[in-house]
Amino acid sequence: MGMTLTEKILARHAGVESVEPGRIVNAKVDLVLANELSAAVAIGVMRQIKGADRVFDPERIALVEDHFVPAKDAQSAKLAKLMKDFAIEQKITHFFDVGRGGIEHVVLPEEGLVAPGELIVGGDSHTCTYGAFGAFATGMGSTDIAAAFVLGEVWLKVPASIKIVYNGKLGPMVFAKDVMLRTVGELGIDGATYRAIEYHGSTVDELSITGRITMANMAIEAGAKNGIFHADAKTLAYVTERTNRPFVVDRADPDAVYERVVNIDVGALEPQVACPHTPDNVHPISEVAADKIAVDQVFIGSCTNGYIEDLRVVANILEGKRIASSLRVIVNPGSQKVWMQAAQEGILTTLAAAGCAVNTPGCGACFGGHMGTLGDGERAVSTTNRNYVGRMGSPKAEVYLASPATCAASALTGMITDPRTVAAFAEV
Amino acid sequence: MESKLRGHAHKYGKNVDTDVIIPGKYCNIVDQAELGKHALEGLDPEFTTRMKAGDIIVADRNFGCGSSREVAPIAIKGSGTSAVIAKSFARIFYRNALNIGLPIFESSEAVDGIDAGDEIEVEPASGLVRNITKGTEYRAAEFPPFMRALIDAGGLVPYVERRLADAN
Ligand code: SF4
Repeated sequence: MGMTLTEKILARHAGVESVEPGRIVNAKVDLVLANELSAAVAIGVMRQIKGADRVFDPERIALVEDHFVPAKDAQSAKLAKLMKDFAIEQKITHFFDVGRGGIEHVVLPEEGLVAPGELIVGGDSHTCTYGAFGAFATGMGSTDIAAAFVLGEVWLKVPASIKIVYNGKLGPMVFAKDVMLRTVGELGIDGATYRAIEYHGSTVDELSITGRITMANMAIEAGAKNGIFHADAKTLAYVTERTNRPFVVDRADPDAVYERVVNIDVGALEPQVACPHTPDNVHPISEVAADKIAVDQVFIGSCTNGYIEDLRVVANILEGKRIASSLRVIVNPGSQKVWMQAAQEGILTTLAAAGCAVNTPGCGACFGGHMGTLGDGERAVSTTNRNYVGRMGSPKAEVYLASPATCAASALTGMITDPRTVAAFAEV
Repeated sequence: MESKLRGHAHKYGKNVDTDVIIPGKYCNIVDQAELGKHALEGLDPEFTTRMKAGDIIVADRNFGCGSSREVAPIAIKGSGTSAVIAKSFARIFYRNALNIGLPIFESSEAVDGIDAGDEIEVEPASGLVRNITKGTEYRAAEFPPFMRALIDAGGLVPYVERRLADAN
């Protein structure tokens, strides 16, 4: 029986010929990731494990300060320091402090720490992002991460795979984010629980690496264990520019067994919006814009849409204009490298001139942590991935999820706006 | 695990996500009891004042969806809740709950057959759920053998210790 892409990678890392869904395997990991929140708990757990003084391999662990940094208060500073001290003690090579890193999922690919065929686990649910590169990557809790720190191995139940085939050419102002919001809308927030999503079709072949990152990132929003793309020439170009580590490019077998195949035609897809309070409450922009929904905050950033490509789209829309006086726009470039690139291209100046507050890289407002937390009765449209009650602050706030273009267009008008209606788009 | 868990049911709907179980702003807390004070705050701010130690959370499908924050099951445990019964659990929450020793049980019948306030007793070893108020019984789904072994070992930490000992 043939294997899916996910099954191939798991079998290889478990050292067995083949695996099938439902089987529990012990698999070797290529990289273990944690941020200061998940690391703080994981380090505590590791200290309790008798006989565990050292991590399995200090070069195969990545620790990124991103959630509450620059530290928002003394307690956050304590967690950040705890992780830093651990990195020094354990001689962890890939430790990223403020000013050198950014959001974990933006940083790891940039630093060449992700390659096709690898198995990566992280103490963060959006670890599934690395599926964009043909890696098996999944999020876990801190106790699992502590075990992986020590053993370099994790137990995994092999997921059944759902094959999603996208066809059609994306229209103007329609992006990977819109495709993925539509997908989450169709599957539902538990539609892929315990499953792998394997992305196929001409639409995703055409997507840039950033577009694929956006889509793999939100696999968890449908409950999936991982979301994965086949590596192609674009992937190899991106990865080999950043690392010379050897890696294996796997392919799903032609007779691989999928639990189900979903066909999504995106030829006529409009920009999409996930309305409060779940990421699967997805509607086309024409419906949402008709309601003239005024917003208090626009947030541009996160591991979903905090990349240079995203900032270019936003800057193109805001160039030479002022944002509506009724709202604020907060921009968090995804990483220090994205920030520097944006600075070099003049994007940061364009955004600031339009009236945006540009922050230092990090998670910030995405999870209601700091630097843009919503208050009671406030409403935001955001490029992030989740809009559960209280996600960005007050449980009495509302969050709409959309693409960077839709968010930028909304910033100009003060209400959720179809980016196709904003003039001067011709040149984007 | 205790041989029997007993308490009153607090009932919730589907997709109870980690952001309402423990809002992001509290994720820099590490103390279990302190986290427990904010359990379910985003969904039911009265939960921690109303509940008594031993009480049981009963919820529809996809309990614990959202982030990987292990503080979510830790907060529930810290609140004094003895078990969660749901129609299904989100994947990461399920792993985390087992790893940290929060008893969880999957049973659609039990969830449909329990009303808020009912007195419930659960036998973790057999997965037997008893609704004392209504005099009904349900059986939760069994754990696969590997997970059963993890639970019997007392969670992931003793399991890793054994692996390390075997390697030396
Ligand atoms: S940007 Fe948001 S979703 Fe991504 S890792 Fe940070 S908090 Fe999580």
